[in-house]
Amino acid sequence: MFVEFTEALFSVFFIETLINALLFGGVLALLSLGLNLIFGVIDVVWICYAEIIMLGMYSIFFLHVEGGVPFIFAAAGGVAVTALLGWLTHRLVIGYLLDAEPINQLLATGGLLFFFQGAAMVVFGIEFRNLGFSLGSLPVSEDIYLSWTRLLSFGIAAVVVVALYQFLSRSYLGAAIRAISQDREIMILMGVDTKKLYLLTSAIGGGLAGLAAVLLVLQYDVHPFIGLSFGPITFMVCVMGGLGNMVGGFLAAFVFSLLITVGGYFAELEWGYVMAFAFFIATMFFRPQGLFARKG
Amino acid sequence: MLNVQNVNAGYGKFQALFDVSLEVRAGEAVAVIGSNGAGKSTLMRVISGMIPATAGQISMEGASVLDAPAHTIVGMGIAHVPENRRLFPRMTVEENLRMGCFMPQFRDRFEERREFVYELFPKMMERRNQVAGTMSGGEQQMCAIGRALMSDPKILLMDEPSAGLAPVIVHQVFDLIERIRGEGLTVLIVEQNVKQVLRVVDRAYILESGSLHSEGSADELLQSEAIQKTFMGM
Repeated sequence: MFVEFTEALFSVFFIETLINALLFGGVLALLSLGLNLIFGVIDVVWICYAEIIMLGMYSIFFLHVEGGVPFIFAAAGGVAVTALLGWLTHRLVIGYLLDAEPINQLLATGGLLFFFQGAAMVVFGIEFRNLGFSLGSLPVSEDIYLSWTRLLSFGIAAVVVVALYQFLSRSYLGAAIRAISQDREIMILMGVDTKKLYLLTSAIGGGLAGLAAVLLVLQYDVHPFIGLSFGPITFMVCVMGGLGNMVGGFLAAFVFSLLITVGGYFAELEWGYVMAFAFFIATMFFRPQGLFARKG
Repeated sequence: MLNVQNVNAGYGKFQALFDVSLEVRAGEAVAVIGSNGAGKSTLMRVISGMIPATAGQISMEGASVLDAPAHTIVGMGIAHVPENRRLFPRMTVEENLRMGCFMPQFRDRFEERREFVYELFPKMMERRNQVAGTMSGGEQQMCAIGRALMSDPKILLMDEPSAGLAPVIVHQVFDLIERIRGEGLTVLIVEQNVKQVLRVVDRAYILESGSLHSEGSADELLQSEAIQKTFMGM
């Protein structure tokens, strides 16, 4: 048993697993980014976030497969659609509930989840659809293959994280987005139109969901319930990192991906998820504010 | 310069200001003094648009303040240093100053204004990369005043700048106010610290239970027996 374990630990496949964990972590990080941004700024959890991603995946699918639009433009179209959905979510729903009880805000975005899911079912049907192409994989050595999709996902996630960080730390709008999460009431004194800033944040959060949709549509079939398969893990990554803390969420994404991928390497992939979720529950006992929550 | 006429305001059903009228002329420093709960902060909040007025008129150099969208009032030359300083605690001093320059028409002058603030408060230059929430109360007050000065305002509203500070620091804060006056700024200040504030302003109004009762020059009020009894415990 022990010999088997050490053999497994030093095999090339373990290295492949670690690389895959890193790449998968990038996808999880991108998934959690928009949700975290919105929560950090507006203080409302969008339960329907994964469903916005689902609608982004449908948009890309239809633009590319049915509309014949080149993939890169279809992807941009998907981002535009989700940015608009994010804007609308705030404009039509959240904007009216800013001073409501948190439970009512949750119920409202939870309602949106079923609305989006139901709408997708009515409009698109329950068939599974996919782009019909795969990017293939990159042979690193005789035994190790890395999926191009995952490499691309990681690359996009890295670029987006850096770009978002630059935006938030360098620009006036980015500074205002950070400031409004620290003191909403006095933003008026700075000459900031808080309504507009919330709409902008919601559109950016929606756009980030669209980017996640680009990566996911390359790897998975689209169907109305796909949000359920990655929605929970997205929330757990955010909560583990300390809701609203984008750096924490980023790190938590890699903790999760490592647990899932390495757990899946030593046992079945499902066991990886079981381990990750068990770790999450244990964390909630010891650090309910999340692993990387900021003080105060 | 700033004209407040017959203003009523409050929070929900609770009315905090009753028929308040006052005027601040260019170059003047005016104080509104009164006890806790007299409506001093409410008055400041109405002027800068944080809460709406339910009646009356407010004008700045002839233009109506109440008709302007709340977030554009700082663009009319009215900057407000809020009660309890209200810095962005997880942002650095310099980032806080940057927020004071947020409106597009101010951004071109960011560096010039920042230099002005650093010259006025050299301490802020030293602390420019420090996270605001970790500074002492007095330093935070400098930063809050600096942030308000970034928009190059015509009038500075100060809400209880000495509240919650140690006595030594309170003294420094009033020195700061004199320095700001020296720069030719018009100042409207509300304070509970009556004795000290009357030394740095020209005139003062007395606010009691939401109504203005009397006004007078700072010297007159300092001599007034009634004022001494009510506010200075003499």
